[in-house]
Amino acid sequence: MSPAVTPGTIPGPAAEPIGKPAKRNEWPLWEVFVRSKAGLDHKHCGSLHAADPQMAIQLARDVYTRRQEGTSIWVIRSDQIVASDPGDKSAYFDPMEDKVYRHPTFYELPKSLDHM
Amino acid sequence: MYTQAMDTMGKDRDDVPKAVRSADEVARQAAFDARIDAGDFIEAKDWMPDHYRKTLVRQISQHAHSEIVGMLPEGNWISRAPTLKRKAILLAKVQDEAGHGLYLYAAAETLGTSRDQLFDALHSGKAKYSSIFNYPTLTWADMGTIGWLVDGAAIMNQVPLCRCSYAPYARAMVRICREESFHQRQGFESLLTMMTKGSDAQKAMVQDAVDRWWWPSIMMFGPPDTESPNSEQSMKWGIKRISNDDLRQKFIDATAEQAKILGVTLPDPELRWNEERGHYDFGAIDWKEFWQVVGGEGPCNRERLAARVKAWDDGAWVREAALAHAGKQETLREAA
Repeated sequence: MSPAVTPGTIPGPAAEPIGKPAKRNEWPLWEVFVRSKAGLDHKHCGSLHAADPQMAIQLARDVYTRRQEGTSIWVIRSDQIVASDPGDKSAYFDPMEDKVYRHPTFYELPKSLDHM
Repeated sequence: MYTQAMDTMGKDRDDVPKAVRSADEVARQAAFDARIDAGDFIEAKDWMPDHYRKTLVRQISQHAHSEIVGMLPEGNWISRAPTLKRKAILLAKVQDEAGHGLYLYAAAETLGTSRDQLFDALHSGKAKYSSIFNYPTLTWADMGTIGWLVDGAAIMNQVPLCRCSYAPYARAMVRICREESFHQRQGFESLLTMMTKGSDAQKAMVQDAVDRWWWPSIMMFGPPDTESPNSEQSMKWGIKRISNDDLRQKFIDATAEQAKILGVTLPDPELRWNEERGHYDFGAIDWKEFWQVVGGEGPCNRERLAARVKAWDDGAWVREAALAHAGKQETLREAA
């Protein structure tokens, strides 16, 4: 069983081509991901409105890294993100609950092997 | 910075819960209540009662508007800061307020209200912002005093919101609180410099600023608990964690001690330590003035809103040009 994926679950305006607002004057919404230092993952830190990708990067710098919080920024149009449906949370994630044998602590070994 | 938010909004509420609900809605409501009671966080796409959603949109957007309008009284002094150091500090602080407004607008938008709708509500005067920003900034000492008292009150108000049940709001508040401490410390340090190294005229200027900002600052915590009709529901929902009067008392207790270190007098003859209560007693607050300012009749209400609307209108061509440019680039990319 595979629960349906719901596109556009991240809140934001409906998908439309970059720079071609059909009916609104509002700049599209972008999600911002920041790598805080070399070696770490990019982490979602918030969102902002910008007219185009370059502006989104520049504004993300000003809005989310005023105190050296980052060394690298990713931005992506919010309407381009596909997310799992919160309603499918249990169908998706509960099956892992009883698979304790996937963890190393499930296995009892002799004391002499404790550090294996 | 912070807004009194929902407590002041009794008059124009449009979010009174519906009396008749379907069985499905009742079940969802029960599940939602159970999550709140268990201390769970609610995320943007989770089911939530309309009343919860509307209360949050109102509170978060008013909080955002307060950050944005809050730039105006301080922006007034950027070009007149006494030294380059103070100018750089003030610029950084005002930039922070802009950032805080943006975090909060983004959090409000996750509830399904667009940025343009939020701006429309502010610019048309429908939405409120914190009454404190409707007072004028008359001297340089007002900058330090705002940092010490206004941001100090804001921090006290905001720290409990980091545990708000609505997760996008709570996350924005964590970020804001992390940055806000600098605001209060720079203000106190600026005043302390004038009080310890300044001329008599500078010391008098500090005292005058404290005299003017003290009462509006303690009004920032909102009306007394007995006249705060929406508080109970907000407490139940985990949108509000500590009552207005409790926060106000906590602020006064802390500030009265700080005033001694600074060497200023707080303009309340009834302010004195009460051994029995373990708190400072303080004089009666002029709530008539508070409601007057909230109602639009403060010293600077019209000026603030006009400045904000003008900035938005004057920037319209920039917003349009940026979109036109983005559209052109997209067309060129498609053609290539």
